[in-house]
Amino acid sequence: MRFIFKTSYQQDIRLAKHGGHRFWYGLLLLGLLAAPALLPEYWLAQLTFVLIYGIAGLGLMLLAGFTGQFSLGHAAFLGVGAYTQALLTAMGWPFLLSLSCAALLSAAVGIVVGLPALRVKGIYLAIATLAFGFIVEEIFARWESVTGGNKGIFLQPPQVMGYAFESSQAFYFLCLVIAIVCTLAILNLLRAPTGRAFVAIRDSEISAQSMGIHLAYYKTLSFALSAALAGIAGALYGHKLQFITPEQFDIVQSIDLLLMIVIGGLGSVHGAFLGAMFLIFMPQLISLSKDWLPDSIGQSPGLQTFVYGAVLIVFVMFEPLGIYGRWIKVRAWLQLFPFYRRGMFRRQKSFQKSERLR
Amino acid sequence: MQFVQLLISGVAQGCIYGLIALGFVLIYKATEIVSFAQGEFMMVGAFIGVAAMSFLGFPFWLAVIAAMAAMGLLGLLLERVVIRPVLGQPAFSIVMLTIGIGYLLRGLVTMIPGMGTETHTLEVPYKDATLQWGSLVVGSEQIAVILTTVLLCALLFAMFRYTRLGVAMQAASQNQLAAYYMGIPVQRINGMVWALAGMVAAIAGLLLAPITFVHANMGFIGLKAFPAAVVGGFGSLPGAIVGGLVIGSIESLSGFYLPEGFKDVAAYVVVLIMLMVRPNGLFGERLVKKV
Repeated sequence: MRFIFKTSYQQDIRLAKHGGHRFWYGLLLLGLLAAPALLPEYWLAQLTFVLIYGIAGLGLMLLAGFTGQFSLGHAAFLGVGAYTQALLTAMGWPFLLSLSCAALLSAAVGIVVGLPALRVKGIYLAIATLAFGFIVEEIFARWESVTGGNKGIFLQPPQVMGYAFESSQAFYFLCLVIAIVCTLAILNLLRAPTGRAFVAIRDSEISAQSMGIHLAYYKTLSFALSAALAGIAGALYGHKLQFITPEQFDIVQSIDLLLMIVIGGLGSVHGAFLGAMFLIFMPQLISLSKDWLPDSIGQSPGLQTFVYGAVLIVFVMFEPLGIYGRWIKVRAWLQLFPFYRRGMFRRQKSFQKSERLR
Repeated sequence: MQFVQLLISGVAQGCIYGLIALGFVLIYKATEIVSFAQGEFMMVGAFIGVAAMSFLGFPFWLAVIAAMAAMGLLGLLLERVVIRPVLGQPAFSIVMLTIGIGYLLRGLVTMIPGMGTETHTLEVPYKDATLQWGSLVVGSEQIAVILTTVLLCALLFAMFRYTRLGVAMQAASQNQLAAYYMGIPVQRINGMVWALAGMVAAIAGLLLAPITFVHANMGFIGLKAFPAAVVGGFGSLPGAIVGGLVIGSIESLSGFYLPEGFKDVAAYVVVLIMLMVRPNGLFGERLVKKV
């Protein structure tokens, strides 16, 4: 068990709290850097998708996990980013400029969506974002002169300073760099006053307001930042697939994103990436398990839906903090080894609160 | 004439939305949970109806009763096994739970060998008959939908007004703690509300079946019922039906008078406007925060 005796504010907000953090995250970084040399092409592509979904998950995590505003239409932001990127790169814009534009445009759309969020909350907000997601998907499908409609639209490999990221290894490194930058940005945001304000809004809007937090400003900001991250992820997603159609940004994708962060662990940055790993590697696990199952079940297209539903139910019922929450418990067990007590993390029963009086 | 014709088909479609929205509202009013699985409940109900008719050879009316009974039991079971242990947790984790239930049910139905992945037709006795009335043509399916909805609403109204169970449900929905102190078994009431929602969903599924066929993804229509519930006011039973009618009519009219594509999003545009103008809906209760 490690005890950190904090003697300064600097120490309190330091990103790597102790040597262990530096060691393990350094090891992780080394592993990620070495991955293209070690992994076959297919698994590298999967890892790239983990990074891309991780960035989108970070965005949604900021909104849902840290600000407490749930969005059921997040795939729309992904789509806005992907289509902006597709159009701008087709016009010959450099990658970084078009990526910033994709992020900015998504953020602008996010602000538009965030405005109703000032008036409605909880389930009404979820329904408003759901409606927004449907409308955006329909716009992608119908605005054929720009988006190519249901026929879809092709994307060129990204180019930075004349270097085209054509090989999957090069593209992986590009995604890795962007993912690291986004993660560091979010971590910094969370230890800054803005991030604290987000968490305060999540925990109690009323007390946040009474502490002088401007609810409207911070909620809109949260939507904008979240949408910007989703836009970046969408742009990378488009480049990875090289072909996008409106169906890729539908309600199922939105729910997948939400499922991803809930299973990963709401309210933790780790959770975004753990959830992305779950989302990407679960289908592989399921297809591996098909050999063990009788044919009629194993070959059924419903198996994946079923497993997702079951896993989601199990997590909400037994591990509301997700995979990351489970890891914290495992870590506590390892650290305390002979002294771990059952029920150390037992949550107190809370009475059912009425939303109508909130 | 054209207008009336469109309105009738809109009202018939709207009744379906209203019935699904009724399920949301029942559950929301009693337990403050928004069930995203209601569309899947409807789908499962329709599948049970089809299975009862084609495999067990039940006549139509018996199949309807079987589907309702099965869905009632499923509602009870889900409430007891899945929902009750997480009561009191943040509202959104329960919403995720119902999304999970929806996935689970859809996956389960798709996994039924030889049945889940196909599209079925429900052989209803009133199929293919049409009523001609001047230049108005009304399909018998649409009449059945409208009549059943009216009947069901009357029954629900009578139940909430005159039976002990209905009054207890109303009491529990207004203030669970007070109802509990008055000797109402609130948890059992919650189970019954879920059972009731399941039965209503089964009826909606069986009514929708002749119009759109029965397949594993028909539950997605449940997402169209959210606008209905919001327009009517999320906590209001008559509001659910009225909201459904409004959404159905707007959808039907916009499909004809507006350019292509507006039909699919009309409901969502309406709900966005509604949320901005009047978040409580047409019949919503306006509650003030008390300190």
